[in-house]
Amino acid sequence: MMRKRQWIEFLALSTVRLSILIVGAAMLIMVGFIVINGIGSISWSFLTKPPIDSMTRGGIFPAIVGTFYLTLGAVLVAFPLGVATAIYLQEYAKEGRIIRLIRFGVNNLAGIPSVVFGLFGLAFFVVMLRFGSSILSGSLTLGLLILPVVIGASEEALKSVPQTYREASLALGATKWQTIYRVVLPAALPGILTGSILGVGRAAGETAPIMFTAAAFYTPKLPESLFDEVMALPYHIYVLATAGTHIDQTRPIQYGTALVLICLVLGINLIAIIIRSKLRKKQYS
Amino acid sequence: MTTTKRRQIKETGIKLIFLLLSTAAIVIVALIFIFLFREGIPIFKTVSVKEFLLGQYWYPTDESNPDFGIFPMIAGSLIVSFLASLLAVPLGVFSAIYMAELASRRMKEIVKPVIELLASIPSVVIGFFGMVVFAPFLQKTFNLPTGLNVLNASIMLAIMAVPTIASLSEDAIHAVSRELREASYALGANRWETISRIVIPASLSGICTAVILGMSRAIGETMVVLMVAGGAAAIPASIFESCRPLPASIAAEMAEAPVGSDHYHALFATGIVLFIITFIFNVIADYIATKYKQSGTATL
Repeated sequence: MMRKRQWIEFLALSTVRLSILIVGAAMLIMVGFIVINGIGSISWSFLTKPPIDSMTRGGIFPAIVGTFYLTLGAVLVAFPLGVATAIYLQEYAKEGRIIRLIRFGVNNLAGIPSVVFGLFGLAFFVVMLRFGSSILSGSLTLGLLILPVVIGASEEALKSVPQTYREASLALGATKWQTIYRVVLPAALPGILTGSILGVGRAAGETAPIMFTAAAFYTPKLPESLFDEVMALPYHIYVLATAGTHIDQTRPIQYGTALVLICLVLGINLIAIIIRSKLRKKQYS
Repeated sequence: MTTTKRRQIKETGIKLIFLLLSTAAIVIVALIFIFLFREGIPIFKTVSVKEFLLGQYWYPTDESNPDFGIFPMIAGSLIVSFLASLLAVPLGVFSAIYMAELASRRMKEIVKPVIELLASIPSVVIGFFGMVVFAPFLQKTFNLPTGLNVLNASIMLAIMAVPTIASLSEDAIHAVSRELREASYALGANRWETISRIVIPASLSGICTAVILGMSRAIGETMVVLMVAGGAAAIPASIFESCRPLPASIAAEMAEAPVGSDHYHALFATGIVLFIITFIFNVIADYIATKYKQSGTATL
């Protein structure tokens, strides 16, 4: 009887350990393949020159610039709205119908498929507001997509500010807003920023929302205004890998672009994760 | 007007501004809902809702007699997501159990970020990997005409869903109070018995929420299925055949559909179906999360 129980425990715990190994291995294999095949394509001119010969040679500079603008725009949209929502939810709102409704909105926004954001961006920003396929439309669409990420991160940061800070400030005669602005926000700012970095990583890697709202197949020139179409790293990978007549010929460029995108996104996330773990340690000590 | 009064007015004003800004999320959800319907509903002047949902044929650009049946796409989405969940649910939940129950502190500090990084890999990169590495591998191993099929899409989707399921489940398992575990050990249960009969049942609502959100993510995921599912608008007869889930259908054709055409409206209507499916999943997850809120220590 004892034997059997121990056997079952051993078997079950081994399965659990095996699972985590499989997940880790999947990650390593995927990233490994792209690093090994992509590293050969990376060079200074690959990163700083536009594509030439109908995108079969040359670099990816316009795509890097495009992704930079789109991501920056998305943050400018999501950051103020997200932080304001978090402040209201954490500092002002009392449990009740309004807070339930706002949370319902945030949770559902987080669950909407990215391609549906793309459809919305197309119907609203591109067609109805006549922004056209542009940096503006793409940034707004991506901004809405990452809004829940910014809200979640900001809420967590505000929650971690000790209640005593608020009480001390109020006791000194400060108003609620003075307390939030001078005491709570400065204390929560590092946490809010780190969380928002995660949103940046998400925005940089998304493809479906920008397919119909911002991304161009090929533009040799860099964007000059908010209303220009841009190339973007994720869309560039998709286009080269699926469309056109030179799919096999451009394989090295595809791997190279994928590697650049992975480095960018993982780099952004890694920075956020490291800062966050430092912050948490500081809070507990 | 006294200073105090002015201060009070200012304070109320600021509070109202924040209230207004914080309605953004719900307003956006409403706008998305309205615009999807505004652009999608006109297709039902051409086909009936039933023909649209259950129709077997999708030839939206046929000039004389176009067909707008999305049943193969709905079937594709459900099949691919179901198969992905068969892989992602055990892997995700077991990974969570490992992180919360078995890992040493040091291992946890390595494993958790790795899972988070896996979650952050852009879907287009996973799709790309499925296309150029995994598809040729499947093709060779099973001697198939193409490696872009249901099996490939399911596995790549599972890779996308695992991190969501794992990190949310881990939060739920982590929240189970220490006393419950200690009581179980005190009764002579071993580690696995404690995990399977105490910890998992206690965190089941959280795990369910995690699984539902993971699946919702898989159904809505676009780039992976667009790149590796193969794209045939027919119900797949086996896992080695190609299919075209709903998001892939939208993403692949939207660029070619002229604004305001039947094709354009049909793709928005496809978006409505996708939106409703994920909306239902999210509402269920939300319901479970609030209704069966995990409680801490039991009180007598």
